[in-house]
Amino acid sequence: MKRKALLPTLTLHAVLVLGALVTLTPLMWMVSASFMSPGESNSFPPRLLPQVPTLQNYVDLFTRLNLARYLLNSTLVAVSATLISLIINSMAGYAFAKLRFAGRERVFHILLAALVIPGQVGMLPLFLLLKSMGLVNTMAGVVVPFMAGIFGIFMVRQYAMSIPDDLLDAARVDGAGEYRILWNIVIPVIQPILVTLAVFTFLSAWNDFMWPLIVLSDDAKYTLPVALASLSGEHVQDTGLMMAGSVLTVLPVVVLFIVLQRAYIRGVMMGSVKG
Amino acid sequence: MRGVAEARQNRAGWAFVAPALALIGLFFFMPVLAGLFLSFTDFDIYAIGRPDTARFMGLENYRQVLSNPLFWQALGNTFLFVILGGPLSVLTSLVAALLVSAKRVRYPGLFRSIFFMPVVTTLVAVAIVWRYLYHPQYGLLNWALGAVGIHPVDWLGDPHWAMFAIILMAVWKNFGYNMLIFIAGLQSIPEDLYEAAHLDGAGGWAQFRHVTLPSLAPTFLFVGVMTMLGNFQLFAEPYVMTQGGPLKATTTVVLLMYEEGFRWWRMGMAAALAFVLFVIMFLGTLIQMRLQGERR
Amino acid sequence: MRRGCRLVLALALPLALAGCRGAGDARTTIRFWAMGREGEVVQELVRDFERENPAIHVVVQQIPWGAAHEKLLTAHVGRSTPDVAQLGNTWIAEFTALRAIEPLDRRIAATPTIRPDDYFKGIWDTNVMEGVAYGIPWYVDTRVLFYRRDLLARAGYDSMPGSWDEWRRAMEAVQRVAGKDRFAIFLPTNEYTPWIVFGMQAGSPLLKDGDTRGAFSGPAYRRAAAFYLDLFERGLAPAVQGSSIANRYQEFERGTINMYISGPWDVGEFRRRIAPALQSSWATAPLPGPDGPATGVSTAGGSSLVLFRASRHPDEAWRLVEFLSRPEQQLRFWRLTGDLPARVESWRDTALTNDPNVRTFGRQLERVVSTPRIPEWEQISLRLQDKVEAMVLGHAPADSALAALDRDVDRILEKRRWLVERERRHAGDAR
Repeated sequence: MKRKALLPTLTLHAVLVLGALVTLTPLMWMVSASFMSPGESNSFPPRLLPQVPTLQNYVDLFTRLNLARYLLNSTLVAVSATLISLIINSMAGYAFAKLRFAGRERVFHILLAALVIPGQVGMLPLFLLLKSMGLVNTMAGVVVPFMAGIFGIFMVRQYAMSIPDDLLDAARVDGAGEYRILWNIVIPVIQPILVTLAVFTFLSAWNDFMWPLIVLSDDAKYTLPVALASLSGEHVQDTGLMMAGSVLTVLPVVVLFIVLQRAYIRGVMMGSVKG
Repeated sequence: MRGVAEARQNRAGWAFVAPALALIGLFFFMPVLAGLFLSFTDFDIYAIGRPDTARFMGLENYRQVLSNPLFWQALGNTFLFVILGGPLSVLTSLVAALLVSAKRVRYPGLFRSIFFMPVVTTLVAVAIVWRYLYHPQYGLLNWALGAVGIHPVDWLGDPHWAMFAIILMAVWKNFGYNMLIFIAGLQSIPEDLYEAAHLDGAGGWAQFRHVTLPSLAPTFLFVGVMTMLGNFQLFAEPYVMTQGGPLKATTTVVLLMYEEGFRWWRMGMAAALAFVLFVIMFLGTLIQMRLQGERR
Repeated sequence: MRRGCRLVLALALPLALAGCRGAGDARTTIRFWAMGREGEVVQELVRDFERENPAIHVVVQQIPWGAAHEKLLTAHVGRSTPDVAQLGNTWIAEFTALRAIEPLDRRIAATPTIRPDDYFKGIWDTNVMEGVAYGIPWYVDTRVLFYRRDLLARAGYDSMPGSWDEWRRAMEAVQRVAGKDRFAIFLPTNEYTPWIVFGMQAGSPLLKDGDTRGAFSGPAYRRAAAFYLDLFERGLAPAVQGSSIANRYQEFERGTINMYISGPWDVGEFRRRIAPALQSSWATAPLPGPDGPATGVSTAGGSSLVLFRASRHPDEAWRLVEFLSRPEQQLRFWRLTGDLPARVESWRDTALTNDPNVRTFGRQLERVVSTPRIPEWEQISLRLQDKVEAMVLGHAPADSALAALDRDVDRILEKRRWLVERERRHAGDAR
């Protein structure tokens, strides 16, 4: 039995390892090239590893090219978006799941239907609206689209539906107000989905490109993706430098993912369960 | 007493959803409606300074969009990405999910995480990396192809290959996401179905065809529709890697919309483009749901 | 209410940073946007300006050329324009129409160091819209011919011919001398400036009817297009994009390409990158024209300095403009970038008069024509670029491509036609 099973198992693992290598190669080369000096990365045949690893690219990014500023901006935007989104979406998601109020189902269905509308449709008028509010070229303007997301509300609602009604009714009988119930009972219970929502929102806000590209004109306010795209236009010859920039952009979200994998994966899988 | 409690829940319910609804209403629904209205005008850069130069155009913008050869080229490019890239991505995800979910696998979590890694990376950052990988002389891809005797290809500079290059990168970036959804789908297939098939004498492949695939049908539909919707909105990759070239081979509808709206400030036209895209996406969803629903 | 505090903090933080400035800075801060290499280099000049004006602090933001147009327009729409900026002079019309930049006549009159007659006329005119000046030329740019003087001599010419026909014959002779698989001239398919130059040389206005319709399918432009495409058909130029030749200076050395139309920056590049032994083998000449040297016009290019209307510190911004316009600063800038000074007085410096290449540019600058000064020109020139690639690569025959281009251009100009018509009607009613 063992010998029969060995070949398929080996093949299976060989394919998996090959797949993993192919998947990781671009990322590994990115890291490797970020330590290469100029000229090494643009050589033929292409190098896989730097001959003389150098930190100069990273030094350049932080001294000449102001990368710390962009890191700070990205962090600010992602953290603000996450906090605001958590508060607003958790309240709404719980309410849609457990609180009976007039028109609840109809409003929710309208929100679901709106998921089909692509974001770009409203982008221009949103830009003009923010312009009239004086929010163009501000960090707040960048955060605006993340503050309330239909998908986030959907996720919280899905999860909150599993809260036992007796728990809530018992609290009401004891005289607790709805706000108290939300704060003391619901939030602790739905904590796992809140972590998922936080990770999702942070990732989306950190990686967002098109909207910050449109809204920000001051390069001091650029988030990492926009700054990176702008740098790549000028320094297209400087492969090592661009790779270092990419590494710094990707590193925080990869670390976040590795640490909070389970929460993130739960969110993805939940998205596939139809409400 | 119950009336009071109900009224209190009613008030609380509305109070809890009010902030979200207000934000969504103000920053999503209103702009979408405004966009629809904009698409009926020729609001442009002149109009920003002097609103009296904006004219009501009726459906003229839509007519211009539909008679613009560049739009059709962009639509064609987008369709190529959707029709080729979508199934390729879904297939890769399915294969990865099957491999990772196989019973004999050791360290499935590790492989799962590795395959998922590209999904969380920032698109702009990896688009830049792939631009270098695709370099005709110094890129890893041509070097690897050369090792097996294939001539170097100018991936991003040749109009015939540019979109395929972008498709390849997009598949790499996104297959992990759908893989997870397939894994969830696979895990939810009850074991007894497989046992029953095994008892009926079905081998591995037959089990796959008669148990796995049908059970995954709703997952396929979900993944298919979501992937298609995402693919229609292709923007960042061509913007960063090829600026829509070469010879407009990678210009997509959203890229065109961005250029019309934020480069040339022909906002009425850009709004019309966005709505045309929305209609196409909606129709695409309906078609896909009809096609896949009927397969049962 | 811990949650409330978090909410306030979360909302306040980004908003606070949005309005954040260097608090405690008593100086007036002005923002200056500059593009490309100029943006890098101008920092040095700005430091001296700050030393002279200790109460003014200049923040220079460098913007890549590719994104500059978008960024400037977005800034204008979003009301976040800088105080002073470098603006390509082909964009002046657009920003004037948008009422984004300030008219400068009053300031010019009050500033003795800036005299309109001390600038190349063709260049100054590009900054004047309806009789009012909106920009001060900062540096000028035009296109001339760079060529291998030694190969041309071996082919039997002691100087670059002045007419198209003669030029083509010279190209053929040079190609014979250079050898197999060599090209006479490098005309990248994604650089459209030569198309505009040849069109203007042939007498085409590029746009007609008061700049409200395309003239690309007119006889003059078709003549230019025929001449251009003929060079490819005869194998005198390779049908490739600029990026296909990894190092054009190396190819120039090797004789793979022997002529090249380019601007002042390449004088410095040629000196830096071409081997010392071959430095005497290259030279520059004004562009030949269809019917002799007098018709060999070129583009009136360059950048100007403009003040944005929304600026809160226009006087300080003007001081910076005045500083950068001084002849000695213009010379200094030339030494750092190779960008030619806009002030004629700077040209009297021996550093420029003794340089034969600079003299070529000087001669060409006396024969420059500006492109149509309308807001839509940027978009039209990009449409031209698309068609150029298609025509050169043989995807479309010239006549149908140019007719299609005119249809495109007419569509782009529809709003402008309507506005012009409206003005005419109002002017008619007013009588």
